[in-house]
Amino acid sequence: MKSMARYGRRRRRNVITMALSVAATAFGAAWLVAILFTLLWNGVAGLSLSVFTTMTPPPGSAGGLANAIVGSLILTVFGVVIGTPIGILAGTYMAEYGRYSHLTSVVRFVNDILLSAPSIVVGLFVYEITVARVGHFSAWAGGIALAILVIPVVIRATEDMLLLVPDPLREAAAGLGSPRWKIIAKVSYRAARAGIMTGVLLAIARITGETAPLLFTALNNQFWSLNLNAPMASLPVTIFQFALSPYDDWQQLAWTGALIVTFAVLVLNIVARYLSSLGQSHE
Amino acid sequence: MNDAGKTPPKTAPPVPTVAAGRDGKSSAQKVAIRNLDFYYGASLALKSITVPLLQNRVTAFIGPSGCGKSTLLRVLNRMYDLYPNQRAEGEVLLDGENILSPHQDVNLLRSKVGMVFQKPTPFPMTIFDNIAFGIQLYERPARGELADRVEAALTKAALWDEVKDKLKASGLSLSGGQQQRLCIARTVAVEPEVVLLDEPASALDPISTSKIEELIDELKNEYTIAIVTHNMQQAARVSDYTAFMYLGELIEYGETNKIFTAPDDRRTQDYITGRFG
Repeated sequence: MKSMARYGRRRRRNVITMALSVAATAFGAAWLVAILFTLLWNGVAGLSLSVFTTMTPPPGSAGGLANAIVGSLILTVFGVVIGTPIGILAGTYMAEYGRYSHLTSVVRFVNDILLSAPSIVVGLFVYEITVARVGHFSAWAGGIALAILVIPVVIRATEDMLLLVPDPLREAAAGLGSPRWKIIAKVSYRAARAGIMTGVLLAIARITGETAPLLFTALNNQFWSLNLNAPMASLPVTIFQFALSPYDDWQQLAWTGALIVTFAVLVLNIVARYLSSLGQSHE
Repeated sequence: MNDAGKTPPKTAPPVPTVAAGRDGKSSAQKVAIRNLDFYYGASLALKSITVPLLQNRVTAFIGPSGCGKSTLLRVLNRMYDLYPNQRAEGEVLLDGENILSPHQDVNLLRSKVGMVFQKPTPFPMTIFDNIAFGIQLYERPARGELADRVEAALTKAALWDEVKDKLKASGLSLSGGQQQRLCIARTVAVEPEVVLLDEPASALDPISTSKIEELIDELKNEYTIAIVTHNMQQAARVSDYTAFMYLGELIEYGETNKIFTAPDDRRTQDYITGRFG
């Protein structure tokens, strides 16, 4: 009898716990769906070819987001091209050469802080060391700010993924008489390739939507400009500016821009996921 | 310096410089380990080990887990160098040269003293590249010659027939036993002089194990072999000489027949009859 009573109690508790878990999941997912649906609903309305081919308009006239889209691409590429090698090399030091060194634990600690630092702080920092010194806003200052956001993500991914490579694999390569750098380049990197690539893609996804660090650095630009030494438009800053404006056509472009950014980040995440699953099945 | 004050361990066996193998022919010392101490940090893992590896002979190292047999093997190619706080004292002579000397080029040493590990460790690349990796570290053979070398190594490791049609497949796609033979092929492709086998068959099924054992018998014609094993029958089957280790000390060394039939030391007797360990 006693055991039956306990059995019933456990069943009830299980039902309650499960109901709470499901409710919490549904609550979280509902907001996400609501956001995506609103975005899709409002964004698609303004989607047309001219969004990709014409410049941001003055209020009251027709236009698109071409300069902002291209500006975002340039700034992102700039940030990734600078940030990725630094991040991968630093992560390599931490996981391979300096695994037992004090420097590594210090760098790891600082990197974790940088990883969660508010991006507006990074923007202010870059403003101080570049814009304030040179006297004007510029695309390269924005690229540097984005690079600083890329570095900690890539360091973390590289270190974690290299630490997952089993030591016997390194020993096997060393056992053939391979020098350290060749072990890293030909064996460790190859084994960790998918994971590191995933980290880089997630870093790209992160900076694609960053607004704060660009506000003080690349600023914005109403016109078509590929000049790295001049202010440059970007999607997030344009969305910020247009969404807060009182003009209907600007607000419509902001919705469409938001949809484009979200879609790009979604695609990057899916590719990253696919890559990492590829890496796992390879092991 | 303090070697003079050291008394040899009571149980240290007389070490022959030249001894007869199973085939009755005599063999020279390829490797001479002398008064070797090994430390993991402050803890002493090997205590004054003195033992030879005879040329073209298989020497088996047996003993309970933690007795230091794998540690000893990892000294012979200085694998311990990869890790901080691990250090060896004493002498390990390879053809008369002390490989523990700081002047020793460690990578060159490892190309002469190859190693096969307990778990198969194929590199994440094609079967062909797994073998070519080691060859290309020290040589720049032409494309055709490289292919010949790869084929020769795979043939030596009795794997060629199984993989000749899929050299471009990933090394990771092979079965465990094939992967281990791939690792042996990779090791012999570098043309080492000594091959160290650290429990090479412990992760394999009986059929793969017997293939590896046949292979060891073949390989000793060309190489000097040291094998660490937990499997008593395996040691008896494949080795010419056996060293029994216990708690970081070498208890007994001698011809395998003698160690397994009439050991001098009580502890050896107890271990091989399964009374402890």
